[in-house]
Amino acid sequence: MDWTAFLLSVKLAGWTVVLLLPISMFIARHLAWRRYPGRVFVEAAMALPLVLPPTVLGYYLLVSMGRASPIGRVYESVFGAPLVFTFEGILIASLIFNLPFAVQPMQRAFEAISTEVRDAAACCGMGRWRILWRIDLPLAWPGIMTALVLVFAHTIGEFGVVLMVGGSIPGETRTAAIEIYDRVQAFDNAAAGAMSALLLVISLAAIAIANVVTTKADVGHN
Amino acid sequence: MSDTTDETHGLDVRLRQRAPIPLDARISCAPGEVLALVGPSGSGKTTILRAIAGLDRIAEGRISSNGELWYDSETGVDVPTRQRRVGLVFQSYALFPHLSARVNVMEGIDGGSARSRARRADELLELVRLGGLQSRRPAQLSGGQQQRVALARALARDPDVLLLDEPFSAVDRVTRQRLHRELGQLRSQLQMPIVLVTHDLEEAVLLSDRMSILHHGQTLQDGPTFEILTRPADRNVARLIDQKNIFPAKIVEQDRRRRMTRLLWGGNSIEVRFREEFAAGEAVDWVIPTGSVILHRRVRPSRGVRENPVRGVIESTVRLGESVLVAIAVEGYDAHPLFMSISSHAAMRNSLAPGEQIGVSLRSDDIHLMKSVPATEEDGDREV
Repeated sequence: MDWTAFLLSVKLAGWTVVLLLPISMFIARHLAWRRYPGRVFVEAAMALPLVLPPTVLGYYLLVSMGRASPIGRVYESVFGAPLVFTFEGILIASLIFNLPFAVQPMQRAFEAISTEVRDAAACCGMGRWRILWRIDLPLAWPGIMTALVLVFAHTIGEFGVVLMVGGSIPGETRTAAIEIYDRVQAFDNAAAGAMSALLLVISLAAIAIANVVTTKADVGHN
Repeated sequence: MSDTTDETHGLDVRLRQRAPIPLDARISCAPGEVLALVGPSGSGKTTILRAIAGLDRIAEGRISSNGELWYDSETGVDVPTRQRRVGLVFQSYALFPHLSARVNVMEGIDGGSARSRARRADELLELVRLGGLQSRRPAQLSGGQQQRVALARALARDPDVLLLDEPFSAVDRVTRQRLHRELGQLRSQLQMPIVLVTHDLEEAVLLSDRMSILHHGQTLQDGPTFEILTRPADRNVARLIDQKNIFPAKIVEQDRRRRMTRLLWGGNSIEVRFREEFAAGEAVDWVIPTGSVILHRRVRPSRGVRENPVRGVIESTVRLGESVLVAIAVEGYDAHPLFMSISSHAAMRNSLAPGEQIGVSLRSDDIHLMKSVPATEEDGDREV
């Protein structure tokens, strides 16, 4: 089995989770509590990666991050290397296509916290950060955990977007999912089967963990 | 932040805005005093409370507490909620569901070590009679117990103002009565102004020293509770404090020598205590409590029959617990019935029944005259 590809997948998923946690928490809190005209479009844009075919999303990311694009040019002039067909490139793509998987469970969790509870916290003299730390995070924790587990599992399995933006460069952009495809193309069914079985176990474990966390939290609150 | 031009003690609030909820309110509450904000749903009571706590912004206004300016739309002063020393008990209690009763209260305590805060929290829980339940989470407590935790948490900040938003509406009647009694006892230990929002007039009467009657965000009358109950400013206030007998009349005589004012009510002549601020010929409204309408006994008329006697036909009788509310169509005035409250055994003894002719007296000392004002729109559907 190709452990390089597997470890690359884990590394990609890990970084995605770490970077997406603050970003999606900020967006989720914003969407949960702010009301303004045009909010519905922001929400729709956030959910787009759920319905867009991965190849379409990958195509647009490739075009907008490519060496000819403004983003690609700026990146290359700052870091001295192109963005597409690199680990950094697939990491950015991974952050974008995972946004709805992270934001939606968190948004639901923050929405479930009553406004009065947060008002009461302010009346207790708590500032914004203390409210976040003492009230919002403990109450939204199951939603946040679910989001992170989903993002991890989803990144490990993502194929289309990563292939479009990263190609299949061993050790750089060839993730487990792409490796499976390559193995099947090369009639190496044994390797493809082993890798598939591993991804299956990881996915199952992820769902089980998410369920346990949510159930435990429910028991704790009632 | 202190402002010497303002009241230096207690709470002083002036608020005015057009939208989203129209407001034109002025309230003040002295330390140790309970002020009840009374009005129907949607009259802006909760908005005022939230504005005091800094949770809602009002377009125009000024809020000061103990001489400290919390909000002033003119100078742009707006102290954030966490820096206003308010204790607020929410209608839903808004306890932190993931924290025990003790920690809920501890969150409200400023400074000190965890141990000293825990000790103080336990003292406060003891004060609201929740000793022994400190480790329970809100979901493991009854409604009444949750309400006590909320009260203890509100007191934990040692607040300058205690705000209670319909705090008794979510518990059953028996619990509510017990909590009323306990708050009454607790009051003597509380030195801050207490503002109680309620739509329950009985509760306001029971717990408050002063009342502020609100309607569509406007303060209609503000004063000592007993005074508002006995001397409402006008028919709109009278209706909001649940007076059933509100009638229009005309002043026909001002007898300074006999200290008597005479009204013409429909075809009936009514004598009341002299009120010099009205002029003969002026249209007024008057109000009489249902308990001050005295039934004439058929067999043995009492001396009271000479006091503003009127006659009429019983329209309906409704039994309300120990008493009976009798609606009488009065001769000479047919726009609204006159209501009389009478103990149910007296109603039975006098065999009061719809269709019967009866005579009643209107105790002149209990008749209160009010300046005539246009009625608010709901006046048409007065409930029986």
